[in-house]
Amino acid sequence: MALLEIRNLTVSFETAAGRFHAVQGLDLAVDSGEVLAVVGESGSGKSVAMLAVMGLLPDTATVSADAMLFQGRDLMSLSPRQRRRLAGRDMAMIFQEPIASLNPCFTVGFQIEETLKRHTGLDAAGRRRRAVELLDAVGIPEPAQRLSSFPHQMSGGQCQRVMIAIATACTPKLLIADEPTTALDVTIQKQILDLLLRLQLEHGMALVLITHDMGVVAETADRVVVQYRGRKMEDADVLSLFENPQNPYTRALLSALPENAVGGRLPTVAAAGGWEARP
Amino acid sequence: MSGATMSGAGMSDEGGRAAGEVPVLETRGVVRDYESGGVFGSKRTVRALKGVDLSVRRGDTLAIVGESGCGKSTLARIITMIDAPTGGEVLIEGQKVDIARGISRQMRRKVQIVFQNPYGSLNPRQKIGDVLGEPLKLNTALPAAERRERAMQMLLRVGLGPEHFNRYPHMFSGGQRQRIAIARALMVNPEILVLDEPVSALDLSVQAQILNLRQDLQDEFNLTYVFISHDLSVVRHVADDVMVMQTGEVVEYRSRDAIFAGPQHPYTKMLFSATPRIDPARIRERLAAKASAKAAAAARTKDVAGSAAGNVSAGNVSDGSVSGGAGAAPA
Repeated sequence: MALLEIRNLTVSFETAAGRFHAVQGLDLAVDSGEVLAVVGESGSGKSVAMLAVMGLLPDTATVSADAMLFQGRDLMSLSPRQRRRLAGRDMAMIFQEPIASLNPCFTVGFQIEETLKRHTGLDAAGRRRRAVELLDAVGIPEPAQRLSSFPHQMSGGQCQRVMIAIATACTPKLLIADEPTTALDVTIQKQILDLLLRLQLEHGMALVLITHDMGVVAETADRVVVQYRGRKMEDADVLSLFENPQNPYTRALLSALPENAVGGRLPTVAAAGGWEARP
Repeated sequence: MSGATMSGAGMSDEGGRAAGEVPVLETRGVVRDYESGGVFGSKRTVRALKGVDLSVRRGDTLAIVGESGCGKSTLARIITMIDAPTGGEVLIEGQKVDIARGISRQMRRKVQIVFQNPYGSLNPRQKIGDVLGEPLKLNTALPAAERRERAMQMLLRVGLGPEHFNRYPHMFSGGQRQRIAIARALMVNPEILVLDEPVSALDLSVQAQILNLRQDLQDEFNLTYVFISHDLSVVRHVADDVMVMQTGEVVEYRSRDAIFAGPQHPYTKMLFSATPRIDPARIRERLAAKASAKAAAAARTKDVAGSAAGNVSAGNVSDGSVSGGAGAAPA
């Protein structure tokens, strides 16, 4: 049984111009211990689909699905209270802007311990100990001292490490990382990706990596889902995706990479066309 | 166009790579300090640029690569004559730039800049036609009808339509806005276009379009580009020469082919190795390494299978897995 199984997920928003479907008929399965990359350009619905899984979409969103099973439990049938108990404990998510994701008014120690307080039975001393452990595990030097730091006193890369510490505080089964390194420099990006992959392997958790960067996909994923305008275009293991892409959209996207056309003109995705119809 | 403007420059300048040709852009030992603090605490001086020498031939693209805080945007502002250097000199077509003594319109015209965030650099209350006409209004004596005509031509040139002329910036996509920003920069016929991370905020497919547009415009107007980017795959695509910066210093500055064939400086090497690559051989290697690491981990956890079994069926067991995990390490 897959850890997360989604069948026919549709997310729509009511807008002034009518109903907008951000995700349409998405089927997705994530096995425990696997790294799944969800790739797509802006507006492909890759973030929205995962926010639906986390239950983090605003009230204006209409979510429907034939099934949305996490560890065999139907997420759609859970009460908001039950879903909040899952989110942050068994499934967690980190976002693109690490500094914006943290509350500027509280120390990082407070924010890590908040999660532990909510989801574990640890006492204050235990939470403190665990927070130090977590900061240490995500590679922050002098973790005990850094607990009393505020987010603005840390760099973007360090804030993302703190976010990862919070997300992994309860050793979740599923970690969703939404463009976790897009705002970071490449050398920091490498450190953060290495950290995520190490934690993924250590805890055997499933990692869903939402990204637009094909290089990041090639360096991290086991399996790849390509999305375009709310629909799934391709679902393949990482090698097949790069060596033998099946879908015309995937092929167009890969050929638009600058590294595939040194010097010459780049074929543009729009010019290629022909993938609007679902395969 | 270029022949006439070159005649004003001293032809004997050294520094150009091709003998006898004056580089269209040159900097010599450019230093820039920023001061922080000062009101109560002691003043601290941060040296953002520590002596930058560069030289770009007409029609070439110089790519400046580096991570945040390396000084690449500071350098861009100095080249564009927005900021003055603390020390050193900037020469445009062989003519020295001196901000303190004022810069002529003619000089300002020669260097234009396009920023990373096209929405932030467009006035939200100005129609696109006016956005494009404004540089002409400020820099030329052309009548309004002529300005409109030229703005329309440029709009079409960068791949937008006449229907876009009276629209506001918020009605455009990111890629279209970047086209507008490029069009505005080109209105005054610059010699040098500084592109500060022009495609970083764009989707892959749109990035390809803007990079192609960049190429077409360079061919058509014989433009010289200073292309600032942190993305090595983009740099490899666009650059003739590549300059790598770290904390205000130039650590490596060579032709694209030389630098991509074998980066020399440790920092450049680190930057290259940190950049994700799409290489099936690497993917195979990675997957194999992961499989063996997984197998090793599985062998280890067999010994402590008891607690692991509890976690798998966690369903409603509220805190068992976590407190177990936390308790294990200190004990």
